[in-house]
Amino acid sequence: MTKYEMTIGIECHVQLATVTKLFSPADNDARSKDPNSVVHPIDYGLPGMLPILNRQAVTLAVRAGKALNAKIANTSRFDRKHYFYPDLPNGYQITQMYYPTILAGLVEAPMEDGATVKVRIHHAHIESDAGKLSHYGDYSLVDLNRAGTPLIEIVSEPDMHSPQEAKAYAAELHKLMTYAGVTFGDLYHGNMRFDVNISVAPEGSTELGKRAEIKNLNSFRSVERAAEYEFKRQVALLEKGERVVQETRGWDDATGKTTSQRSKEDAQDYRYMPDPDIPPVILADEEIAAIQAEVPELPPYYREKWANLGLDKSVIDSILAHQSYAVLLATIQDQAGDDKMKRVAHWFASGVSTDEETAEVASNFVPEGFIELADMVDKNELSSTAAKEVFNELLNSDKTPREIAEARNLLQVSDEGAIAAIVDEVLADPASAKAVEDIKAGNDKAIGFLVGQIMKKSQGKANPALAQKLIRERL
Amino acid sequence: MTAISDFIDSSATDNVKKAIAAAKENESIHALLSLTEERALERATLVDKGEITGRLAGVPFVAKDNFMTLGGTTTAASHFLEQFEAPLQATVIERLEAEGAICIGKTNLDAFAHGGSTENSAFGPTLNSADPTRVAGGSSGGSAVATALGIVPFAIGTDTGGSIRQPASFNGVVGVKPTYGTVSRYGVVAMASSTDTIGCFATTAHDAELVMDIMAGRDDRDMTTLPDFFAPAEAPTALKVGVIKEFMTDDVDAGVRQQVATYVESLKAAGHIVEEVSMSMLKYALAMYYIIVPAEISSNLSRYDGVRYGRRAEAGNLSELYGKSRDEGFMAENKRRIMIGSYVLSSGYFDAYYLQAQKARTLLINEFNELFKTYDVLVGPVAPTPAFKLGENTADPVKMYLADIMTVPASLAGLPAISVPAGTTDEGLPVGVQLIGQRRDDAKLLALAASQEEAA
Repeated sequence: MTKYEMTIGIECHVQLATVTKLFSPADNDARSKDPNSVVHPIDYGLPGMLPILNRQAVTLAVRAGKALNAKIANTSRFDRKHYFYPDLPNGYQITQMYYPTILAGLVEAPMEDGATVKVRIHHAHIESDAGKLSHYGDYSLVDLNRAGTPLIEIVSEPDMHSPQEAKAYAAELHKLMTYAGVTFGDLYHGNMRFDVNISVAPEGSTELGKRAEIKNLNSFRSVERAAEYEFKRQVALLEKGERVVQETRGWDDATGKTTSQRSKEDAQDYRYMPDPDIPPVILADEEIAAIQAEVPELPPYYREKWANLGLDKSVIDSILAHQSYAVLLATIQDQAGDDKMKRVAHWFASGVSTDEETAEVASNFVPEGFIELADMVDKNELSSTAAKEVFNELLNSDKTPREIAEARNLLQVSDEGAIAAIVDEVLADPASAKAVEDIKAGNDKAIGFLVGQIMKKSQGKANPALAQKLIRERL
Repeated sequence: MTAISDFIDSSATDNVKKAIAAAKENESIHALLSLTEERALERATLVDKGEITGRLAGVPFVAKDNFMTLGGTTTAASHFLEQFEAPLQATVIERLEAEGAICIGKTNLDAFAHGGSTENSAFGPTLNSADPTRVAGGSSGGSAVATALGIVPFAIGTDTGGSIRQPASFNGVVGVKPTYGTVSRYGVVAMASSTDTIGCFATTAHDAELVMDIMAGRDDRDMTTLPDFFAPAEAPTALKVGVIKEFMTDDVDAGVRQQVATYVESLKAAGHIVEEVSMSMLKYALAMYYIIVPAEISSNLSRYDGVRYGRRAEAGNLSELYGKSRDEGFMAENKRRIMIGSYVLSSGYFDAYYLQAQKARTLLINEFNELFKTYDVLVGPVAPTPAFKLGENTADPVKMYLADIMTVPASLAGLPAISVPAGTTDEGLPVGVQLIGQRRDDAKLLALAASQEEAA
């Protein structure tokens, strides 16, 4: 049986986190706004209106360029892409067909199995989004709130060869773009949308197969699933001796299937033309450097910083899932050293939900409390169980960890006299007699039972190591 | 004809009433498509009360109907925008109003400014001010004729390939096409974005200079506007003037050549140094123009789809809505240019036509730059003939396009060019002489024209 290999390239639309639209002063945040309420005459395509380029969008594109390890063009331009559709008021989309702002780059995306997939970036261009149509029976309604929203479209080379690689790339792009402050990265609201191009050919073949493009995927999981489905579909066609048609396909998350939308034969001629209303974007090297100097540290920096600490990949991943956690942990590491950072890292990895709300709170964290908490554990002032309890409250509290531990009565007793009294009490208890005998007979395991009794009597506050030492002294 | 000074220091209300009466008297010439009487009289009252002051306080003017104005429709002389009422005003209208000028009406043009005779107006042609059997020229024919008839002392228009200069020449008034980017295009129905310019008609170079001074300048709403540079200039002396040889051949009407030659003699008499110059790229200019401009037209007219404003045809589905609305809304010449433009931009032809034309355009600009190292001003006719007969060229679009041959080079190169009255032919038809300058030499051209007016 022939073995097949898939080749995947991804185009990703990233909505830029600008205040206003790409070419108009209208509010760029259309979420929960009434239809057609954030539309300027420029977005509406009124006669006589001219596009005014939003420099913030260019700045964000330059930041994105850094995250993509890409060169930035000193001169870039805008072009018009023509087609008629009611969500496109001017009859053309303003994009960068010939001279994009972001040139070739490279993304190295870590895979779940620890490997890395290297994906070359062909280029990324700035463009404006279209509006939205809603269809009802025999009519459709147009909402232009999103018309003119700035996007960058990141076009990868066909460097991925498995659904897992595609997913890893998509997830890494999301991290890079959010860390660099390019986008809010809200996938639910379509802040990042992926078009996955996939073709299948017999393994070792020098020629790529005909590709299908799966449009508008808005989660990493759907990127992976759509690639899996497409691979099977295309292989099945080839096995039957049929041909794969070059076409655009849609993805249905519920059924887990792709369906044909339009084939290359109906492909439109977009009649691209340089936009004469917008002068070229000129960026001097110094200006590019100044903008990129503002970009905060990105995920690859943290991965390298934490590579040799012996932390599990899963721990690092859950920290990197939120930039504010990564920044906090790196600060803790710099201020208090690797061991303290690792302790806190584990708390974050296991104890913190990764939903948006917590992440928002997380941006207010200061490192001092976490460092103090780790320190208290190191000094046997708190058990690891108690430390977690303190940690959970610390996330939502202005108190110091010591205040929390005191209020919750969690501080460990390390006073020998106090513990000795409890030890004596436990040893004298008839219920301990069997264990005492076992220990004397050389069965050391029974000591655990006695320590447990001591912890119980002390309400968990006794330092267990000290208790054990005192038991041995007495037997 | 009237001058701006005739309207200064008199009641704005009287000025407006007088201009409106003159417009109504000349209704048969069809220079105006609509009067904005109510708003004009309101503004006049404000001026008379002293609430609005300025260099044009109480001076009436008319605007080509592709400028968005309040108080009436902005039709671009098209069925598409027949009922369209603009929600805002063009930058130039705002600037003129801020100086107290009062727009009394909107003038006729070739629909969407496509044409050189105003015969492509959806509402019928404007007649020539000197001979009603002849065309007004175009596309700003209505503005030229309204000025020539003395309805108003100045009018505004747009010039994409000669649309101010040629009708100015056909009606014996001053017409100014500024350096590309001098005046904001905001609020003006776009024709071809890379050559569209906003300019004016007046009866003297001084008046034109004043109007340009008010309209010119950077505008945050048009990224292609240049930083402010326009400032009235002193009368220039001993300029080097190049007479363009290719524009004075036997193909050009003898009467036109005669009048231009006379004007050139007067330049010599004024102490300027006149030489003949030749430009090898001129013969390609018309071909470049009729590739680049239709390409941009086809793009700029895409927004007229019947969905949001303007003509909306009865239709059973989306593609029918597009097709019928555009069919009903556009004139034959609009459709012709949309088709040419779509063709030259289509995949496989873009490189051969559009890109090639843009390369040739660069060569043309280079040739102009080379000449302006030696010469201050280039001179020639505005058009190869005086105003032609109504209907004479309508059956043959190419013949109509050929009438633009002398005006399109300055448009493609973004240069300032003005049309200055240079008498009439033996038949009494006005002839204009064209003065072309280097980029940003707009004021120098106007100062030269003014000093020649004074000498005459």
